[in-house]
Amino acid sequence: MSEAANQGGAGRELISFRIGAQEFCVNIMEVREIRGWTPATALPQAPAFVRGVINLRGAVLPIVDLGARLGLGTADPTARHVIIVAQVQNQVVGLLVDAVSDILTVTDEEIQPTPDVASEMVRTFVRGLLAIDGRMVSFISLDRVLPDRELDHAA
Amino acid sequence: MDPMAEIKATFFQECEEQLAELESGLLAMEGGDTESETVNAVFRAVHSVKGGAGAFGLEDLVHFAHIFETTLDEVRSNRLPASDAVVKALLRSADVLADLVRAARDGGAVDQARCDVCAAELSALTGIEESDAGDDGMGEIDFQPMQMAPLDLDFDAEAPAEEPAPEPASWTLRFKPRPELYAKANETVLLLRELARLGEVEVELDAGDLPLLPHLDPEGAYLSWTVRIRGDATEADLREVFEFVDADCELDVQAIGLDGEPMELANAELDIAALISLAQSAGEETAPPQAEAPVAALEPIAEAEEPAAVVPAAMAANSVEDRRVDERRGGEDRRGEAKPGGVAQAAPTIRVDLDRVDRLIDLVGELVINQAMLAQRVNEAGLARASNVAGGLDELEQLTREIQDSVMAIRAQPVKSVFQRMPRLVRELASITGKQVRLLTEGEGTEVDKTVIERLTDPLTHMIRNAIDHGLETPEKRIAAGKNPEGTCKLSAAHRSGRIVIEVADDGGGINRERVKQIAIDKGLIPAEAALTDEEIDNLIFLPGFSTASTISDISGRGVGMDVVKRSIQDLGGRISITSRPGLGSTFSMSLPLTLAVLDGMVVTAGQQTLVAPLTSIIETLQPKRSDVHGLGGGARVISIRGSYVPLVDVGLSLGYRAEPLDSEQGVALLIEGEGGTRAVLLVDAIQGQRQVVIKSLEANYRRVPGIAAATILGDGRVALILDIDALVAASRTAEAPRLLQAG
Repeated sequence: MSEAANQGGAGRELISFRIGAQEFCVNIMEVREIRGWTPATALPQAPAFVRGVINLRGAVLPIVDLGARLGLGTADPTARHVIIVAQVQNQVVGLLVDAVSDILTVTDEEIQPTPDVASEMVRTFVRGLLAIDGRMVSFISLDRVLPDRELDHAA
Repeated sequence: MDPMAEIKATFFQECEEQLAELESGLLAMEGGDTESETVNAVFRAVHSVKGGAGAFGLEDLVHFAHIFETTLDEVRSNRLPASDAVVKALLRSADVLADLVRAARDGGAVDQARCDVCAAELSALTGIEESDAGDDGMGEIDFQPMQMAPLDLDFDAEAPAEEPAPEPASWTLRFKPRPELYAKANETVLLLRELARLGEVEVELDAGDLPLLPHLDPEGAYLSWTVRIRGDATEADLREVFEFVDADCELDVQAIGLDGEPMELANAELDIAALISLAQSAGEETAPPQAEAPVAALEPIAEAEEPAAVVPAAMAANSVEDRRVDERRGGEDRRGEAKPGGVAQAAPTIRVDLDRVDRLIDLVGELVINQAMLAQRVNEAGLARASNVAGGLDELEQLTREIQDSVMAIRAQPVKSVFQRMPRLVRELASITGKQVRLLTEGEGTEVDKTVIERLTDPLTHMIRNAIDHGLETPEKRIAAGKNPEGTCKLSAAHRSGRIVIEVADDGGGINRERVKQIAIDKGLIPAEAALTDEEIDNLIFLPGFSTASTISDISGRGVGMDVVKRSIQDLGGRISITSRPGLGSTFSMSLPLTLAVLDGMVVTAGQQTLVAPLTSIIETLQPKRSDVHGLGGGARVISIRGSYVPLVDVGLSLGYRAEPLDSEQGVALLIEGEGGTRAVLLVDAIQGQRQVVIKSLEANYRRVPGIAAATILGDGRVALILDIDALVAASRTAEAPRLLQAG
């Protein structure tokens, strides 16, 4: 547990993880479980960031390559990669990341507003920045990780 | 929910079942089924509704059900032939009864005039209009509580029998407690003492049911009493004594004239018919005590004392008892000879929360997958086929398969429950529109998931309305066109390509394409100069804002168009299509997924991916020769099969699993037949085998994928996609883009 946890009293808990050289975190309440990478079944005509679907105890779980989704380039998953199973609205989705690093407890004041940058990705996903032990951790929202449901209604 | 409301809710649920039974029985009778078991089933249904309604003091319902029941009893005892006219009247009455039940449940009003007409019609049929006034005790009970008004109407007409009844001077009361009465700490002696205060009593104990000591249940109830009372007590007074125990005992109050003869006999011919029916139903009710004995011996004590229930006809007070008799008789029928062709006896059912079933289905799905994975591991471990482990696994596989089948069967229900509602709709529409309509149903036993069934009612109702209101012509027009004046509306269901296809077909005039097109132009839905094919014109009726009825009719013009139907079908993951032939009629065809159902699939490989093709749509598999395959235009290929050219769909290519077309000689071809009989050949890399797969939704956590119907989980625990063959073929037809739509 990092020292930030002790400073702000009752705060929110976040799970931080790593993709490439960058660190991100999501609200721990959105995370259902963390599991190892298993090969996914590719979906036809899916966006590049959708790796496919896997079997999560009988449910079909789409796997989003979070790095690709955030514009950091596609991952080449190995057994060391991790899938964060998260609840996004009423759907459950698996997020492919490099590694899970920590559980952070932070207060709202510690979350700094996102600076204005041109990146579309930042505007869509990043909700704030955290400075943890000199590292920058982006607090992201998962609301938009999946492609729109209604996009291709006319099949 | 307070307990009473809960019991009432259960009663209404049961009512729905009884009504369904009633309707299907009557329809069977309409179709010429004269089996006494059918008639009995119909009778029992009405009887049970009446009994329950009485217990809740639903006066209108009891009253109508009683008249209905009386008529049915005439039919049952063969005094009234089940002619076409009679059955039609009975069907109408069933509708009224259903209305009354619903009105009682939802607190709405009923069409009283219609009720009365129907009641009068029934009474006319039996020819004993007065029977229900001086009836078997029902009438008297009815008078006690509130609501005189609705009954008045009927009694006006039936006044003669009503007036003469002076309060009899003497009563015979039979009182038989059930074990529950004692269990609730009631004391019979107190009740009898209470009765003694009302007049001079003569009490007779009937201990005939008392078993020998070894068979005696210390908590059972074996005694009954017959009490004669002289004095000026009214029946209401007598019943008041039993007010708090009337659900736990059998109570029969009969008036006796001063001369000791039963009052009814003195009461002239008027009631004779009623009496006969009464006596008969009494006879039926308690039919063969001996025959029941072996059954009774196996069952709890409450059943054992049943034969003593010499209670003529039903009384509100012991409705529960009646129902039990009914149920048990149903049970006996099953135990005894199964009557082929008779109306199916409702098997005992339980109500289970749907969530629990779903949970069970999920778990079983996991079990199946786990079992398959285990088998694969054992196989990989190199254990001999003949080893004990392998043998055990085989048994396990069989068991899991059986469990899976049974669990799936819980969720799947026959479409019958929806189809059953339609005959009534058709009757009503026929009478409103003045058209003659015959409804044919087919494939009622086709099973589909319960959620699909529930959401099917509205679109189907609308389509039938449409077919009758717009599709069928009036009898005059039909005769002029040389057709049978009676139009036919056919409702059918069938499993096809792993989906359920429901069709509503009429033999009416077909779609008036000129008019449809004109309307679409008038409403600005299409440009005036648009050149449309017949098929395209037919499909215009699915456009939002389109309604062909020039005058808004009571039936179709409720602001709901075919576009809403289309949308609700699409929401279910289904498709709707229409075919119409001028002068011959139109057919609406809905194809819906069997969500949660199991699918027989052919597991194939295409571009390194394992896919499942629904076995039902595969006609044959073949090894294509290069010489049979011909290019046609830009990139499209056709294959010649026994002289005819069929389009070739490269599955790997259309799904984007492969960049280059597969060499037809390297692959295997599946000849498939899609919706509407369109044929195509799917080209895949290889066939792995055939197996039953559990359909898993892709949409739950992701979204609809073009060309993919659903997903499943294979034995190795991996997800495999199930092909949506129709979509694949349709996509391949849009010539320029052999690939499916590009997703975002």
